[in-house]
Amino acid sequence: MTARLEVRDLSKAFGGVAAVQGVSFDVRDGEILGVIGPNGSGKSTLFNCILGQLLPSAGTVALDGSDVTGLRPSTLNRLGVSRTFQLLQVFPRLTVRENLILAGQEHRGSRLGRLFGARDAGLGPEADRMLEFFRLGALAHEQAGSLSYGQQKLLDAAMAFMSGSRLVLLDEPAGGVNPTMLAGLRDRLAEINRVGATFVVIEHNMEFVMSLCTRLIVLAEGRIIAEGSPAEVRTNAAVIEAYLGH
Amino acid sequence: MRTFLIALALLVVLALVPADLTGLGLPYPGLKRYGTYILTLWLVTAIAAMGVNLIVGYAGQETLAQAAFVGIGAYLTAIAGKHGVPFGISFAASGLLTFVIGIALGFPALRVQKHYLAFVTLAFSVLCWLVFRNETAITGGVMGLRDIERPILFGLKLRNAQTFYWFVLAITAVMTFVLWWIVQSPWGRAFTALRENPLRAESLGVDVRLYTLLAFALGCAYGGMAGSLYAPLVEFIDPSPFALGPSLLFMLMVVIGGSGTFAGPFVGAGVAVLLPEWLRAWETWYLLIYAALVMIMMALFPGGIVGLARVSVRKRQP
Repeated sequence: MTARLEVRDLSKAFGGVAAVQGVSFDVRDGEILGVIGPNGSGKSTLFNCILGQLLPSAGTVALDGSDVTGLRPSTLNRLGVSRTFQLLQVFPRLTVRENLILAGQEHRGSRLGRLFGARDAGLGPEADRMLEFFRLGALAHEQAGSLSYGQQKLLDAAMAFMSGSRLVLLDEPAGGVNPTMLAGLRDRLAEINRVGATFVVIEHNMEFVMSLCTRLIVLAEGRIIAEGSPAEVRTNAAVIEAYLGH
Repeated sequence: MRTFLIALALLVVLALVPADLTGLGLPYPGLKRYGTYILTLWLVTAIAAMGVNLIVGYAGQETLAQAAFVGIGAYLTAIAGKHGVPFGISFAASGLLTFVIGIALGFPALRVQKHYLAFVTLAFSVLCWLVFRNETAITGGVMGLRDIERPILFGLKLRNAQTFYWFVLAITAVMTFVLWWIVQSPWGRAFTALRENPLRAESLGVDVRLYTLLAFALGCAYGGMAGSLYAPLVEFIDPSPFALGPSLLFMLMVVIGGSGTFAGPFVGAGVAVLLPEWLRAWETWYLLIYAALVMIMMALFPGGIVGLARVSVRKRQP
């Protein structure tokens, strides 16, 4: 299986604090890789370095074999990488449907063409399909800011798939979502994965991540301390030590 | 279709406001020359305020230089007119020049954005004002430029206040439509995304720097074109209307009208241009009353007058 994403010796220091230290891993085409670790282990910093939000202090990031280290998030998105954030990041004054159209519009035609073309950039039918798929159809014309936290989380996740990305990085998609909605989200992600999408998921909810991911890496103090299938990671002594501290 | 019909009806009403309708059997004598002048000034101010609204209300940036851009357009049109350049060319050149200056000014300033962009524009505003005041050979300095000709359209002289008003109304209608089109297009959605959440916008492929620059430059161009209409309207220009104070007033108009709402600049410009005229009867008290009204509005209705109207309509709905 080819590597969609290759991270090599990635490090990020903030002054004297090393948040990520020499992290290397691959994300294989079509897999769902989980990144877990205690609070402050460097998971979000790792994401931000991969996605151009932060410039790594050292190391490289390659997408389908091409070096993309330090590229701006918008450039990376246009190359086929999208993400969600740990905290909710929807556009509250746009409707749910407009949020989805916005999430895909920069991938449609030229910039000038978008000015003179259709208002929905030709993404209306796709947005409607996505709304139905994520069970948000009834809320299409509501302002995103008026949705419940769980519904906004679903929308946030749905937006990441509007551009037909080759790789999607989800930062705590299950955080604050109620169990019923969470099961729906897991099913949706698994279904999207079955048709070929590749994911990296940061998550604290162990049940969610163990049931969704095919492989896990575990971070502690900015380093990878374990890697393997969910079953292997669950019984790993270093992981138990990192989480329970004994 | 409904929006188009409402806009058309509004345009017809606005076209009829200064006209004497007694000939049609209606008891409406129209507006006198000064009333028509004030109405035209409102339209010109609204065009410049639309530009500020694009920068501040839609793209979430800040500008304190709109009056300077109005000044650039006004001086360019006045000086070019004195050299026999037709108004159409001066008008287009004003828009183009201020767009280019907007790009040049915005490009380095985009590294800092928001409040820092406001300071960059503040410095530019002061610089322009100094040029308008001190470059006497070109701008006439504090004595200004007088006897600015009004345009001639297809052989028709627009000297008459009412004819010039209709001319300005037609241009305002076109510029309003253009801005409406931009705001409704994917560009408008991207501008809104910049204002609401630039971090997320960037992660969705929206080139935040480019769209911010476009919004800023387009807003500046609206200022320049408003200035191009302002010069033949007042027929005399000096540096004072293009200083920092009027730039702050443009910001105030957008906030009072309703930042990020399409009608906001028209309402805000109406408050800024028409309210002082109505309050003039209170003589020296009018500035105090005006300031108090603005403070009360800001404290009680942060969404501006349009925001307040929307809330009222929503409350009345079952």
